[in-house]
Amino acid sequence: MSNPKGKTNEMDGGRRSLLAVTVTAGGVASVATALPFAATMLPSDRAKALGAPVEADIGSMAPGEMQILEWRGKPVWIVRRTKEMLEGIKKSDANVADPNSRVPQQPEYAKNEFRSIKDEFAVLVGVCTHLGCSPQMKTSDAQAEMGANWGGGFYCPCHGSKFDFAGRVYKGVPAPTNLEVPPYTYLSDSKILIGDDKKGA
Amino acid sequence: MAATQKEPVTGAGPLNGILTWVDERFPLIENWRAHLSRYYAPKNFNFWYFMGGLAMLVLALQIVTGIFLTMNYKPDANLAFASVEYIMREVSFGWLVRYMHSTGASAFFVVVYLHMFRALLYGSHRKPRELLWVIGVVIYLTLMAEAFFGYLLPWGQMSFWGAQVIVNLFSTIPFIGPDLSEWIRGDYVVSDATLNRFFAFHVIAIPLVLLGLVAAHILALHEVGSNNPDGIEIKNNKDPKTGIPLDGIPFHPYYTVKDAFGATVFLFIFAIVVFFAPEVGGYFLEYNNFIPADPLKTPLHIAPVWYFTPFYSVLRAVPPMFDSQFPGVALFGAATMILFLLPWLDRSPVKSIRYRGPIYKRWLAAFVVVFLLLGYLGTEPTNVWGQFGPWLGEVERATVVARICTVIYFSFFILMPWYSRMDKVLAEPERVTS
Repeated sequence: MSNPKGKTNEMDGGRRSLLAVTVTAGGVASVATALPFAATMLPSDRAKALGAPVEADIGSMAPGEMQILEWRGKPVWIVRRTKEMLEGIKKSDANVADPNSRVPQQPEYAKNEFRSIKDEFAVLVGVCTHLGCSPQMKTSDAQAEMGANWGGGFYCPCHGSKFDFAGRVYKGVPAPTNLEVPPYTYLSDSKILIGDDKKGA
Repeated sequence: MAATQKEPVTGAGPLNGILTWVDERFPLIENWRAHLSRYYAPKNFNFWYFMGGLAMLVLALQIVTGIFLTMNYKPDANLAFASVEYIMREVSFGWLVRYMHSTGASAFFVVVYLHMFRALLYGSHRKPRELLWVIGVVIYLTLMAEAFFGYLLPWGQMSFWGAQVIVNLFSTIPFIGPDLSEWIRGDYVVSDATLNRFFAFHVIAIPLVLLGLVAAHILALHEVGSNNPDGIEIKNNKDPKTGIPLDGIPFHPYYTVKDAFGATVFLFIFAIVVFFAPEVGGYFLEYNNFIPADPLKTPLHIAPVWYFTPFYSVLRAVPPMFDSQFPGVALFGAATMILFLLPWLDRSPVKSIRYRGPIYKRWLAAFVVVFLLLGYLGTEPTNVWGQFGPWLGEVERATVVARICTVIYFSFFILMPWYSRMDKVLAEPERVTS
């Protein structure tokens, strides 16, 4: 092929640069066009609304009281733990399967002795990790029924799984893992936001 | 006036005229010759050479049965499970189409695994067929994606929880993981949005990619020519006059007839499974998947379908490190990705197992054993063989075995550059044998 200058086999630098610019611009345009398609795969506004974080008022909770909220279709428990309940957790260290919360069933900030941000308030997803029933709260008074090593906690009526007040699963029960701790954050001393742990959400 | 000047088509009887007309406007005869009647394949193909053709047959079967399934299936979390039951019970012959599709999925992996094993036997991945192998591995990975997306569609318990587990693997990737898995699901949990998009991937996106890759695989094969059980190049011995390999025979009619016979035997076995044992004891269709998906009820034991279980075992064998499951996920990915390197890891001077020494044979045997063992363990809970006594810390026996198998699996590849070279090999023949 000949170019306008009548020379053969010589690259026209100007045209080659133009070509490079055109290809680059075309590439940018292609990527920009691909982005909206990728964005359609993000959670939709409806999914976001249904999965929105839930606010809980804990200011008026009495010691030992439990409240249940719904978050993303699941029950979330908030328990204001008494001194006695916290003692019960310490005592059950030897009886639970995963005392140090090694299985990632909780956010990093709840991977501690009581599996919570503040010792006093437990926040747990109230779904048994065995087959999804919702366990019931049983205090340490229920030792007659729950056995001598019972330090208080939650009991699943479906298949007999036991958890302590930190949601840690007892050894030798059907449930394989500790109860899940959802992401949550304190908005103030009396308000918890469940489902979001980024500050200022 | 004719579009191009070509020799008129002969030998097709009354069709000569129309074929000549087409050939003047389309490279019909040229392609027929290049890929069938003058594609010369080695004359010594054996059983293992049925698998490529069978894979294409199963692909066609999956596409056809899939099209008919979509006519009655509803990709909606509220309707999906019931629509599959509707296909099974109320659509005329719906059960047949669906069982063909579900059996076809497993059959696909059976023939593809045998097809890949053939390469390990006869060195079909070696120079000059490296790219052919690489395209093949991409096909294999694409097929895994296709199977994974398809498995969610019946919206049974195993569909749901299997997808949950696999998508959660992505969330272990440092930094981008949680956002990535949310993007894949389109929601915070596996939900209707996930089902709908998996349907789109399963019925259109991935099949299109798959078809393109299969075409590329065949084009690459026909460029370099087929390997054979002796692992020698038939192109090195051509008839000086015709230029045709002396040990080559035209693919058509010789291998089309052979493959038709293979297809018949295959379909015979396929039909037995479809009609008499479509669940194959819970391996092809898992029992838990006859229960509708329930996000609040985790099944006691979650296992993928058998064709994923070797890799699933690798995943489970790796303990969490630095408080993260990611090392296991990374190894799980590496177990498939390492296949890409195979052509360059193998340094043996010969290709075929027939002329390899004892070292490669033993490694290959060990590889087969650990792959099957990992596959079996992946279908079972980790406590399947109980625990070792207190003197061994009461660890689960199956986990220890899976770890040993994982080490052997990777050693097969990583040590190959050394053991394949130091092996004592036999001299390859000049011409293909038997």
